[in-house]
Amino acid sequence: MKVKMLSRNPDHYVRETKLDLHRVPRNYDPTLHPFEVPREYIRALNATKLERVFAKPFLASLDGHRDGVNCLAKNPKSLATVLSGACDGEVKIWNLTKRKCIRTIQAHEGFVRGICTRFCGTSFFTVGDDKTVKQWKMDGPSCGEEEEPLHTILGKTVYTGIDHHWREAVFATCGQQVDIWDEQRTNPICSMTWGFDSISSVKFNPIETFLLGSCASDRNIVLYDMRQATPLKKVILDMRTNTICWNPMEAFIFTAANEDYNLYTFDMRALDTPVMVHMDHVSAVLDVDYSPTGREFVSASFDKSIRIFPVDKSRSREVYHTKRMQHVICVKWTADSKYIMSGSDEMNIRLWKANASEKLGVLTSREKAATDYNQKLKEKFQHHPHIKRISRHRHLPKSIYSQIQEQRIMKEARRRKELNRIKHSKPGSVQMVSEKKKHIVAVVK
Amino acid sequence: MNANQAAESNLLAPNQQKELEDLPKDYPLSTSEDEGDNDGERKHQKLLESISSLNGKDRQKLADRSEASLKVSEFSVSSEGSGEKLVLSDLLEPVKTSSSLAAVKKQLNRVKSKKTVELPLHREEIERIHREVAFNKSSQILSKWDPVVLKNRQAEQLVFPLSKPQSAFAPIEHVVNGWKARTPLEQEIFNLLHKNKQPVTDPLLTPMEKASLKAMSLEEVKMRRAELQRARALQSYYEARARREKRIKSKKYHRILKKGKAKQALKDFEKLQKVNPAAALEELEKLDKARMMERMSLKHQNSGKWAKSKAIMAKYDMEARQAMQEQLARNKELTQKVRAASESEEEEEGQEEEEEPLVPDMVNGVQIKANGLNPWMVQNHFTDAKEAEIQKDLEDPAEPEAQETSESEEERAVVEEETLLKQFEERRSLRQKSELNHMAEPVHSHVTKDPGSQEVLSELRALCQKLITENHQSGKQELSSARTAQREEPAREEEEPMLLQRPKRARTLDELEELGREECVENKELPRTAVEGLQLEKNLSNHIGAPKEKKRKEQMIDLQNLLTTKSPSVKSLAVPMTVQELEDEEERDQRQIIKEAFAGDDVIRDFLKEKREAMEASKPKDLDLTLPGWGEWGGMGLKPSAKKRRRFLIKAPEGPPRKDRNLPNVIINEKRNPHAAAHQVQVLPRPFTHHRQFERTIQTPVGSTWNTQRAFQKLTMPKVVTKPGHIIKPIKAEDVGYRSSSRVGVAKDGWSRRKSSHQSNSGRPHYYLDDIVTGQEASPQCFSLAHDGEIFQHCLALQVGGACVLCSHHKLDVPFESPPPKVGMACRGPAAFDSVALQLFIS
Repeated sequence: MKVKMLSRNPDHYVRETKLDLHRVPRNYDPTLHPFEVPREYIRALNATKLERVFAKPFLASLDGHRDGVNCLAKNPKSLATVLSGACDGEVKIWNLTKRKCIRTIQAHEGFVRGICTRFCGTSFFTVGDDKTVKQWKMDGPSCGEEEEPLHTILGKTVYTGIDHHWREAVFATCGQQVDIWDEQRTNPICSMTWGFDSISSVKFNPIETFLLGSCASDRNIVLYDMRQATPLKKVILDMRTNTICWNPMEAFIFTAANEDYNLYTFDMRALDTPVMVHMDHVSAVLDVDYSPTGREFVSASFDKSIRIFPVDKSRSREVYHTKRMQHVICVKWTADSKYIMSGSDEMNIRLWKANASEKLGVLTSREKAATDYNQKLKEKFQHHPHIKRISRHRHLPKSIYSQIQEQRIMKEARRRKELNRIKHSKPGSVQMVSEKKKHIVAVVK
Repeated sequence: MNANQAAESNLLAPNQQKELEDLPKDYPLSTSEDEGDNDGERKHQKLLESISSLNGKDRQKLADRSEASLKVSEFSVSSEGSGEKLVLSDLLEPVKTSSSLAAVKKQLNRVKSKKTVELPLHREEIERIHREVAFNKSSQILSKWDPVVLKNRQAEQLVFPLSKPQSAFAPIEHVVNGWKARTPLEQEIFNLLHKNKQPVTDPLLTPMEKASLKAMSLEEVKMRRAELQRARALQSYYEARARREKRIKSKKYHRILKKGKAKQALKDFEKLQKVNPAAALEELEKLDKARMMERMSLKHQNSGKWAKSKAIMAKYDMEARQAMQEQLARNKELTQKVRAASESEEEEEGQEEEEEPLVPDMVNGVQIKANGLNPWMVQNHFTDAKEAEIQKDLEDPAEPEAQETSESEEERAVVEEETLLKQFEERRSLRQKSELNHMAEPVHSHVTKDPGSQEVLSELRALCQKLITENHQSGKQELSSARTAQREEPAREEEEPMLLQRPKRARTLDELEELGREECVENKELPRTAVEGLQLEKNLSNHIGAPKEKKRKEQMIDLQNLLTTKSPSVKSLAVPMTVQELEDEEERDQRQIIKEAFAGDDVIRDFLKEKREAMEASKPKDLDLTLPGWGEWGGMGLKPSAKKRRRFLIKAPEGPPRKDRNLPNVIINEKRNPHAAAHQVQVLPRPFTHHRQFERTIQTPVGSTWNTQRAFQKLTMPKVVTKPGHIIKPIKAEDVGYRSSSRVGVAKDGWSRRKSSHQSNSGRPHYYLDDIVTGQEASPQCFSLAHDGEIFQHCLALQVGGACVLCSHHKLDVPFESPPPKVGMACRGPAAFDSVALQLFIS
């Protein structure tokens, strides 16, 4: 007798192992899942709201310094180690996982002006107001040994900044001129000047490592070539630049933190127009540091806040502030691009999340999928008014808030005046100057 | 300047320095070379003079210096007399023959052929040139990053860190030896491993294993092997036997086998009882539990597929009938104990317990047991007694018809025309009865008058008796057996409330209902309040009397038609057990519930009304310009006249036709909704140029509800992925397959050719040689070999952005005064370039 029966292939519904997920058959017929746009819109709206609900960026405050924190440095080989120099000449090494200070050194008399680590992470350099450059071991002295620098270089002038080469045993200091030093020598192997001014910061290009950038108090940014021992070009801005930072993923891009509340991102090959002007701060920008991914940077300002800017946007995506945080002097983005550290006037170093609402720790695959989906939805519906409003809303301290209002009025007045000037002069004789060009005074070859 | 140069030379790479050291060789020679033999010359002259003085004849007179002369020559050549300008050729004339002056001559000739060297440029100027050149070079180096940067910016996903850590290959032994236990846990594990002497490097056998292998002698091994063989043979034999036995199809064989087994079991049990009573008790309990499990399963409920098929077959097939009977018997047996339990329950409640169980057994034993004894069900019906009552009301009309048939079952004999199946069913019920009270057989004997069924019944009875003897009988049953026919009626009456508690079952047991109705007059006291309404109604009908009964029946049928519920199929006897009936009931229930829930809810009418209102609202309104009291009397209670109203009423023009006028089920609101508008995008966002583009991006859903898993993952892929705890280093040339730039500048006369990673503006892919022959530090250096074989020197500063503009190198000594030389010229060879670079460097 022939028996007819249903037969199914077990491969279609049986798991291979018990750890596999159950296969859930789904019908993707669009008629069964109507209203996709409204449903996704609601999801996006909820995701946006939840993002704001979970936005708790502040992680920890590292206290222990007895004066304002003047400079920060990260260890290139260890994520947990951070170095900080204070205004009383003290250098502290912190362990971020324990959130504790693991070592304290009285490095200088007066300010610690600059601090940088060697590319291998075994030692670090400090410069201070006492006209010295000191090299220290990263590990503490063994018991019985005294806390002493490996090398000390006595200079003729005060050094205001220091940076180490990314691959070679060479470092650069700045003060009245930019000096390039060999680690083994007590005299600079070359000094580069262009006019006489006090240079406040010098930075090596992390990709094309022979390039340097510096900014001086006579409002200029100068680029140098270490191999040819010559400055390359100089750009003069409206006001003085406090620091610059090179993009770690794009060799020719750097960002300058300026006194005029703005940050300027330049392509070093075309200095006459910045690629982007970033404006949101309401006071002088004191420090800037790139995310290691090169997509964003963080800026510290005198207005007691730090802001995170996407490289290609002129407005900040995030602002961090706390009630107790005073003028932020230095800021660093950690090497895993997840955290931000800020050192401020009131002797604290603060640890922040780079993404305010990000969940820390290990995510399950479902959580990850959900966050990715939410991110995508937010991105998709970002232009919708409600979503835009919610995602942009930030609470600001009153001082910053009122200053923003004030500056908006001032800016509007200036614009109006410019328009009037154009209106009342011979057509074509007065041109509207774009925001990007407005702040560049000159480019000197 | 010198210091600067020194610094420069310090900085230069060693090979570059070498180059610089080479440079002085190429300097044009200075005139100081002949200074060495000056002294000898003079002596020679003196000698000549002394010889001539000796002669005395052709002795020349030395010119006396009479006056101050500006030009005094060592060689006593004076221009005094001639008054002509001294020419080089004059000077050379006297020494024409002298071979010793040949070298000088040659030098002078050379000097004559050279032009004058131009003045060195101003220092600032030179520095500026240096800067310019250096800037051009470095920006050329940087521009190789353009494609990389562009690619990364446009990448759909970037995973950081970009370079994966190289996995170092090391032989496993090295790794293992190098590893040391540090944490306490590791140490513990290590200790354990070492205790066991687990070989780390050579994973063959542990020493213990080796020892055990060695310990076994040959004989032992042989014995063991034989043992194993035997065991295996035995096993296979038993397996084969079992298989064979399993394949035997004979029913007889199996029956015998089963019987034998049962006997054996019984024997064993008895033995056990004698030997170990406790164990026997346990065994009994186990059996009891098995029975309970069996009972819980619906295997014997006569509702299965098999039972149904058998029911059909039973008509013709004696064997099927037998099987069915067997099953029924089993069922009976299983349900027996439960019934007893229910009785005890009833007892506790203090009701009249003796007669109670009989009626359900008579009619439909199984179902009552299944439903009635489930305490959960009872509880349930207590709680919503009201509902039950309502249902009962609705169900009532269906019942009367059934009542009669059931009654005939009870009181009269079975009708001739009933099917054999029905007979069978009836016999079952009869058997149940007989089984319950086999002592009171005479009472029941008058019930079954049908001779056809009589013989079967006798058979059944015999069977039942057998069964009953096996069953333990409670005192209750004996009591029930003693009861008379007269007492049957009150018993049914007692059953009533119980039935009402379980309306579902009562529905199926129509006859019971009927019974209840008859007896309820006598039954004044009803324990359940929930039943009272119904009871009252019934009482009323009974008081009015029998004639009205029929009328009432009709009424109820009418009600039923109104509600259009499905009338229960009237099955003559005890078929309510079948599944179909149950399904019908469920369906009816569902409908009933829905109907009740939406009573007085006319959705369609509401919708139509709503639509009408929407239409009214959207119609343009007439404008009434009537002014009351204008031109006539006005005041309280006075209305403007119709004529006037007509005159001043401005009729609104017909609006455009509504979109939903032909769609009966739809209302289309064409008005702008401010609440929805708040959620809509007002201005076309930045990167989009047309609203349709934007809408398209919005309309494609990304969720997993609308996309397959793979597509969903692809759609929601984040742009930047960073791994926690990984240090992201700056991008390196090696990461993207470039040579690092520090080497590029140093390579010397390498005509090493490589493909340009980007293209020139003209779109011609060209090859360029990234190095120069000499003086590379101070000059714009790149020769490029265009695709047509020409050699160009690029001015690199102008290559920013991929534009390939050429600049001839002879322009370099007046370089870049004017804004960047835009015009290019084909350049000469590298040899010519050499000297220019050199010049630049010196200055």
